[in-house]
Amino acid sequence: MKKGLLCLLVSASLLLLTHHSVAQASTVTGRVLNSLNQPLQGVSVKIKTSAVATVTNEAGVFSIAARPGDVLQFTYVGFDLVEAPVVSGSIPDIIMKQGMANLNEVVVIGYGSARKKDLTGAVSTIGTKDFNRGAISTPEQMITGKVAGVSITSNSGQPGAGSTIRIRGGSSLSASNDPLIVVDGVPLENSNIPGASNQLSLINANDIESFTILKDASAAAIFGTRASNGVILITTKRGSTGKVRVTASSVNSVSVVTKNVDVLSAGQFRDIVSKNGTPAQVAMLGSANTNWQDEIFRTAFSTDNNISVTGGINKLPYRFSIGYQNQDGVLKTDNLQRTSANLVINPSFFDNHLKVDVNLKGTLQQARFANQAAIGSAITFDPTQPVRVRDGDRFGGYYEWLDPASATGLMALAGRNPVGLLEQRFDEGRPSRAIGSVKLDYKFHFLPDLHAVVNAGLDLSEGKGTVYVSDSAAAGYVAGGNGGENNRYRQTKKNSLFEFYFNYVKDLKNIQSRIDVTAGYSYNNYLSTVYNFASFTARGDKYPNTDPAFPFNKPENTLLSYFGRLNYNFMDRYLLTATIRRDGSSRFAPSNRWGTFPSVALAWSMKEESFLKNSNTISDLKLRLGYGVTGQQDGIGNYDYLAYYSLSSGSAAYQFGDTYYQGFRPGGFYANRKWEETATTNLALDFGFLNDRITGSVDFYYKKTSDLLNNIPQPAGTNFAAFIVANVGDMTNKGVEFNINTKPVVRKDLEWNVGFNVTYNKNNITNLTVVPKDKNYPGFPSGAIAGGIGGQFAFINAVGGSRNTFYLYEQVYDKDGKPLEGVFVDRNEDGIINQNDLYKGKNSVPEVFMGFNTSVTFGKWNASTALRANVGNYVYNNIYSQTGTRSQILGNSVLYNTSTNYLETNFNGNSQELLSDYYIQNASFLRMDNLNLGYDLRRGFKHYNMRLSATVQNVFVITKYKGLDPELSGGIDNNFYPRPRIFSLGVNLTL
Amino acid sequence: MITRKALNMKQQSILLTISLAGVLLITACTKKLDLVPTNDLTADIVYSTPLGYKQALAKVYSAFALTGNTGGVGSPDIPSQIISDEGNSDFLRLYFNLQELPTDEAGWTWQNDAGVRGMKEMSWSATNPIINGVYYRSFFQITLANDFINQASDERVSSRGISGADADAIRKYRLEARFIRAYQYWVLMDLFGNPPFVTEETAIGSGIPEQISRAKLFDYIESELKAIEPEMVAARANEYGRADQAAVWALLSRLYLNAKVYTGTERNTDAITYCNKIITAGFVLHPNYRELMLADNHLNTDEFIFTIAYDAAHTQNWGGTTYLAHGPAAVPGSISGTSGPWGGLRHTHTFVNLFADPSGATDKRAQFYTTGQSLIMNDLYTEKDGYSSSKYRNVTRNGSPAPNADPAGNWADIDFPIFRLGEIYLTYAEAVLRGGSGGDINTALGYINALRTRAYDGSTTGNIQAGQLTLDFILDERARELYYEAQRRTDLVRYDKFTTSSYLWAWKGGVFTGRQVDARYNIFPLPSTDLSSNPNLEQNTGY
Repeated sequence: MKKGLLCLLVSASLLLLTHHSVAQASTVTGRVLNSLNQPLQGVSVKIKTSAVATVTNEAGVFSIAARPGDVLQFTYVGFDLVEAPVVSGSIPDIIMKQGMANLNEVVVIGYGSARKKDLTGAVSTIGTKDFNRGAISTPEQMITGKVAGVSITSNSGQPGAGSTIRIRGGSSLSASNDPLIVVDGVPLENSNIPGASNQLSLINANDIESFTILKDASAAAIFGTRASNGVILITTKRGSTGKVRVTASSVNSVSVVTKNVDVLSAGQFRDIVSKNGTPAQVAMLGSANTNWQDEIFRTAFSTDNNISVTGGINKLPYRFSIGYQNQDGVLKTDNLQRTSANLVINPSFFDNHLKVDVNLKGTLQQARFANQAAIGSAITFDPTQPVRVRDGDRFGGYYEWLDPASATGLMALAGRNPVGLLEQRFDEGRPSRAIGSVKLDYKFHFLPDLHAVVNAGLDLSEGKGTVYVSDSAAAGYVAGGNGGENNRYRQTKKNSLFEFYFNYVKDLKNIQSRIDVTAGYSYNNYLSTVYNFASFTARGDKYPNTDPAFPFNKPENTLLSYFGRLNYNFMDRYLLTATIRRDGSSRFAPSNRWGTFPSVALAWSMKEESFLKNSNTISDLKLRLGYGVTGQQDGIGNYDYLAYYSLSSGSAAYQFGDTYYQGFRPGGFYANRKWEETATTNLALDFGFLNDRITGSVDFYYKKTSDLLNNIPQPAGTNFAAFIVANVGDMTNKGVEFNINTKPVVRKDLEWNVGFNVTYNKNNITNLTVVPKDKNYPGFPSGAIAGGIGGQFAFINAVGGSRNTFYLYEQVYDKDGKPLEGVFVDRNEDGIINQNDLYKGKNSVPEVFMGFNTSVTFGKWNASTALRANVGNYVYNNIYSQTGTRSQILGNSVLYNTSTNYLETNFNGNSQELLSDYYIQNASFLRMDNLNLGYDLRRGFKHYNMRLSATVQNVFVITKYKGLDPELSGGIDNNFYPRPRIFSLGVNLTL
Repeated sequence: MITRKALNMKQQSILLTISLAGVLLITACTKKLDLVPTNDLTADIVYSTPLGYKQALAKVYSAFALTGNTGGVGSPDIPSQIISDEGNSDFLRLYFNLQELPTDEAGWTWQNDAGVRGMKEMSWSATNPIINGVYYRSFFQITLANDFINQASDERVSSRGISGADADAIRKYRLEARFIRAYQYWVLMDLFGNPPFVTEETAIGSGIPEQISRAKLFDYIESELKAIEPEMVAARANEYGRADQAAVWALLSRLYLNAKVYTGTERNTDAITYCNKIITAGFVLHPNYRELMLADNHLNTDEFIFTIAYDAAHTQNWGGTTYLAHGPAAVPGSISGTSGPWGGLRHTHTFVNLFADPSGATDKRAQFYTTGQSLIMNDLYTEKDGYSSSKYRNVTRNGSPAPNADPAGNWADIDFPIFRLGEIYLTYAEAVLRGGSGGDINTALGYINALRTRAYDGSTTGNIQAGQLTLDFILDERARELYYEAQRRTDLVRYDKFTTSSYLWAWKGGVFTGRQVDARYNIFPLPSTDLSSNPNLEQNTGY
């Protein structure tokens, strides 16, 4: 592969260097505005008679090499086409109107693009102008709440933290539920890089032009194997020819924590201990009044600065950008710095017969990850103790629980000082990533309708870092003092992509048809190298027997694919899309390796029919029906179809005589594993009314996943692993998506847009066992509850219910509605309360979620807001259940603080209350994600623009939920890194 | 249409370049889909050398001691769906919990820990994680043993070019794997009655095993042990840590002592036969009882017959004797030789009262930690209620840390005797009292008084008279001698006192004064997970 890529790069550079001549043309410049005289960025400007094209920059300005007499065509998503003749070197401002004639709009789809009017599948595109604004540290935050059927839940408030993205509910149980993400044609591997909080955070959000989301099988099946959970295509900004344009932007923000977990104050705590504690416990009380959560959180600042330059050197369009982001987390010591650079060159050769796209992205991150264990510790640490003690610096001067009888001087199993946990741990990651891709699109000289496209990409990343914990830190203290931690980690990844496909488009006017055929081949290889290291003390002495069994490991998997697609358009009314993809994965045994994934979709553009053609009310009406099968192989082991032995580490050896032998363990294997398949049916109606002042669509879908890659128990004694991922079970998702966008007011100086989307998704597990619907099998648990060693689970995944259905005891309450400790309903009425009395209850996944956004543009002012709501989801409040008892305070070797929930229940903690459904709380919510005010500061000078904006993110949340934040993708509230409220000011300058 | 001729030279060369690049790439990229792991090895490589065989055998043994393939946690043998906290998934911790927590000997403070609630109350179900954990741990070791037995067959060994002394050694390894399998089947038979049955004939990765009845399984274990007995390494002649003939005899004696429970037929004479074989093989009681469970107790080869070997540097896990040293409530780290107590294990007062003098001043086996603890277990789930124990201490005989001691005070070095001579003496005496032949009551009295003399630090003041030697006395003596050695439940079942009202201890059945529970609790239910994956299984009666 390396050799091949090299060849390609060399040949591409040769091409670039080739001197060639094009008939003399001069540079023509101009500016494109909307009907409100605001600049339009990203408008495609093309010479009508040739393929020379460019796009407008942030100030709406373009320049293009054209000859007098040429006609320029301006196209832009959602706007009418405008044509303007070239008379001289500059042309008057072009005003583009939003309108119905947006049907020539082109949408990026897999392996090429399609005219929007030809689409038959469920595809949503979000462009720059619709992005969420403000302090953005990871790209997916820009489209949260914007698309029906797509739920994006940030995993925490940590800078750069990733998100759980679910498109139409996710189609798997044990394999991955994450969508495939493709950046400029390079599919990303679905895994993280150590040292980076989230792999998408390594892509600078400022460089992104659009997101296209392929939701149903018809749209996504061209990605076959990896499309079951939908596909997100990210397209970055391109270069443009003409004068050099510079855009600079800066966003500076302040993040604040808005809410603390409710715990007892020092005074309340003292009262309870004094009344109920033993004399020894009363003596443990300190005299301080410490709010530990205030001690670990802070107001955090961050800055995000970007400069981009676009232009053309010798007709070579380019865009170059650099960005620097420095973000502090609200949890003390958390910091993320990112430097990124992005270079795009997209020249054309031979009268545009050959188009070349070269895309290089590079990112360096430097992060210090705060020790998130401090969050839980701050909730429970004794509030009567001080942060620091004066005498002695044995544990860095931090107050710690001591035990003179222990060898370390520290109380075993006691909580450690939250501030010490933060300040004495240096977990520093320095990940980097480079993504390069080269795309050659050759239009045959002898057959211009036929394109040959070669796309090669390389995604290289390295995750590395060190964790240092001082040997005076209580968290790593060892008797004698030579403890702590000074460890390193490193992992590299090389993901290679090569694709080759032909595309043939032909208008067959005589039979009123248009065909668009694509056929190709794709190769993806994912190779990681994971380095293993021994553990060291803070001073650098090796901990004994920590040498790894192997210095490194190189997990790898490969996908080979052949794919084809036919779009057929008859009379612009009847549309057909058929795709087929055949995939081979190295993760399956040769006999099960290949899977074939077809799809077919039909659409009827009713607006084109004579009975609607002249309607003024209905401006668009299209009925779509699609069916397709997609596959899944992400989230399973690379080599599990074969039996392998792995060597144990030196600390897991066994003594024979005087020698310790590292053992060979055979791994579980399952030779018959095969593709998980999801069949999706989609029925949809797209509509537009009143010259597209109102547009929208409604989609009904039904997804059935069969041969679920499901981690199921093996009959005991028949495998080396008791559970193994096998193809057993079925699951369905059915749902409705509705979205509507309206422009209630469109006037010269005032425009108001309103958008709303709502999704209903119902997940149902229909089978999980080899013997279908076996009643013996209760389902498998998930959702570990903290508190108690050995682990308990909050959820069950069982037939007849949704994924992550709560499986707890039913609480019994007294007549005042107060829960009775340890009293549960004997649901099977056998006289005893045991695991057989757990019942399937509420669900942690919302069945309904919606997004609402609106913007008003008034002259130079612009205001917008985005809100989001989830309905019908529940959260298990693990803070209440774990800490809300008296034994939490008094039942341990040291004193711990509790949730104020204790004051309501007065639970002793002497029962199985952890598994009570009392702790399930309604977590439906309405959140204002974003509130933005912008002002365009334009001078008379038309090539200069400045935009000022003020944004508040996470403005408010309305919910019945009693904990910190109801929006938890896992459904269990514990140790959650709070999402801050962020106030930011931005300035954007275009020269 | 433009014909090919119309292309100029340059255009042709471009076309050529692209096609060439394309062809090159396709050639370079059509890499096979057959990928292999970097470090993991196929059976043929693992078993290509005698050392490889020994390392595979090491895993068969270490499945007793460890929770996975890395020290501490990180690469579990038992998946999280069964035991979500890997630290709880080793054999001894799980087995100890089933054998001790329902009995008079132990209670565990932290009832929210998975599977704890319902143990002492005897209200467990087929989804209890501790019950399921033992079951899958035992089968894991059985499956490892089956694989090893296949790989170590004479044909395979010779086909891999191994012969002579190396092949002889591997033959011994194979017998030991059969012994370990037999031991784990004994565990399953004792706990679950009628488990599924697999041998080296069972295909891996497919197939659904048949269920075997308790009586049939008894026959199988007996026949396996008798088959391997003559060829095992002679008693006390094997490397430390590996099983020998004496281990086989010890398991046979335990099997026969409990035979009536398993088959309905007493086999006390056979029990005595195998006790005699052990006793005449040269084992003697270690002189000091309080040195039995220390960090350097691998030196106790005088008394220990077969052990699980733990080492703080090389064999790290959160169960095993690490659990037994940390687990007892309140015992300070300075006594237990650890970083401190986990606050969990305490005795019921019913058990403590089996000692005439619980102070430890006379009977040294009473190693109770009483500071801050109340004798009476008023509350089952309160750390201070009930005496604690310092029987397992991670220090050497002279009080210093073990040579491989963990500086952080986490891992223990204490080895755990699965069989030791003390138990054999008690088995001998009980089998004689139960009417077995081949032994006599005077020898039995002698053995019991040998144990008591050691317990009384060499003094005969604790010795008993022949008239005192009754079956009930033996049961109590077993508690005093073998407590916290994971034997109690089996003993109480054999005496029919586990579920009945003939012996009530604090919190038996979940009430302070104790109560009778349903007889089904004499064995545990088969895990519901296995019932659903194996349609051949029928749940034990009552569950």
